[in-house]
Amino acid sequence: MKRNDKTPLMRVQGISVRLGGREILKSVSLDLYEGEMKVLIGPSGGGKSTLLQCMNYLILPDRGEIELEGRNVDPHNARELCSFRQQVGMIFQDFNLFDHLTAVENVGIALRKVRGMGRTEARDRAMAELERVGLGDKARLYPAELSGGQKQRVSIARALAMDPKVMLLDEPTSALDPELVSEVLTVIRGLAQNGMTMVMATHQMGFTRSLADEVLFMQEGQIIEQGSPKDLLADGSGTRTLDFCSQILDVEGCTP
Amino acid sequence: METLNVLLEALPYVLQGGAVTVFAVVGAMFLGLAVGVPLAVAQVYGNAPLRFLSGLYVWFFRGVPILVLLFLFYFGLFNLIGLNLNAVGAATIVLGMTSGAYQSQIFRGSILSLSKGQLKAARALGMSDGLAIRSIILPQALRLSIPGWSNEYSIILKDSALAFVLGASEIMARTHFVASRTYKHLPMYLTAAVLYFLLTWAGVAALRALEKRVRIKGYVQ
Repeated sequence: MKRNDKTPLMRVQGISVRLGGREILKSVSLDLYEGEMKVLIGPSGGGKSTLLQCMNYLILPDRGEIELEGRNVDPHNARELCSFRQQVGMIFQDFNLFDHLTAVENVGIALRKVRGMGRTEARDRAMAELERVGLGDKARLYPAELSGGQKQRVSIARALAMDPKVMLLDEPTSALDPELVSEVLTVIRGLAQNGMTMVMATHQMGFTRSLADEVLFMQEGQIIEQGSPKDLLADGSGTRTLDFCSQILDVEGCTP
Repeated sequence: METLNVLLEALPYVLQGGAVTVFAVVGAMFLGLAVGVPLAVAQVYGNAPLRFLSGLYVWFFRGVPILVLLFLFYFGLFNLIGLNLNAVGAATIVLGMTSGAYQSQIFRGSILSLSKGQLKAARALGMSDGLAIRSIILPQALRLSIPGWSNEYSIILKDSALAFVLGASEIMARTHFVASRTYKHLPMYLTAAVLYFLLTWAGVAALRALEKRVRIKGYVQ
């Protein structure tokens, strides 16, 4: 279905990263189609976070290229880089809300200063995004006054306000207390159902099973297995992915 | 009784010196801010040549005594470049440039204490580094710098007494003038000490009020 689209929305080709003499990513490639949700799984240190940060050039890869809608992005051209990043939203594990701004200002600041919107227009749009993640009543609170789950929802609203074509989510629920995970997953599920194109690193297996179009298992800087969650996580499939997932589920003490 | 008369007569004269001192110190604080912020940004985010140049500036102004700098600039460099300044103006500029070196280190520490994720998040939204530094990094770093700034204020205030040697008619110069003519050294210098003390107290209190005013709810560094 989605596979048959002519060009991928985003194309990552041969990304390699070396840090301190160690190869963090070894020529990683992936094609992301519109409306698709890919999930990155794998042991920590496997390169998931580095790959995601390369995908909006927060980390500059040593080799490799990224295309968005068929156009190659030159990360050394400052204007092109900024416009590319506007189109690729990023959600961080530890939220990274701007600590000196209220929730609504967090969502609105890039609208004003990057998009050039007027104060009222930006505020209205920011409020609409906060409503969308269920935080309209928290607009005037500062990050330090919000719970982890609320912070992450504000950060999602902040990314959505830029109308991104792709969202990258780097373990968005890993820093949350267990009881706060579901409110964030609900928002992400809503995005997926509305057709947002996403790549998400996560260990939420139930979520992955039900929503991922494709699972990419990363280890030692490479994608070593990829496929639909049904295939990779089928009982007795003998995949590295299944093996890894049963380990984390054992630790967390819940059933897949 | 005679001492009291001298004091009462000298007080308005010395207080006018207080105005000169306040002018020089406030001017130096703001000049130091204007110099210190770009220096700090250059040291944290600049490329190698920028880092080197700002490091050189800091190293020079921290390494030379203020008294030497005052003479060097007032009698030497300012003349050389044809800048015709009075003693107060020259002292303000030298104190400000020196303070810029120290203030840059306050700001640098504050910038480095912010989480790296702040800049990352700003970049991820499509902000240029310049915009991110102006609208995300500095508003937080400057808030964190206020306690260090109030320390710097008390230091500049006391350093400003050295402007006396250039002939600037600030508190110390005027006190010295009266004391040496009336021989009331103890009461006169005590008066000067009390004035400096009060100015320190007032400035620190004002900065503490500012700190409270711009404090972000719930934000603990």
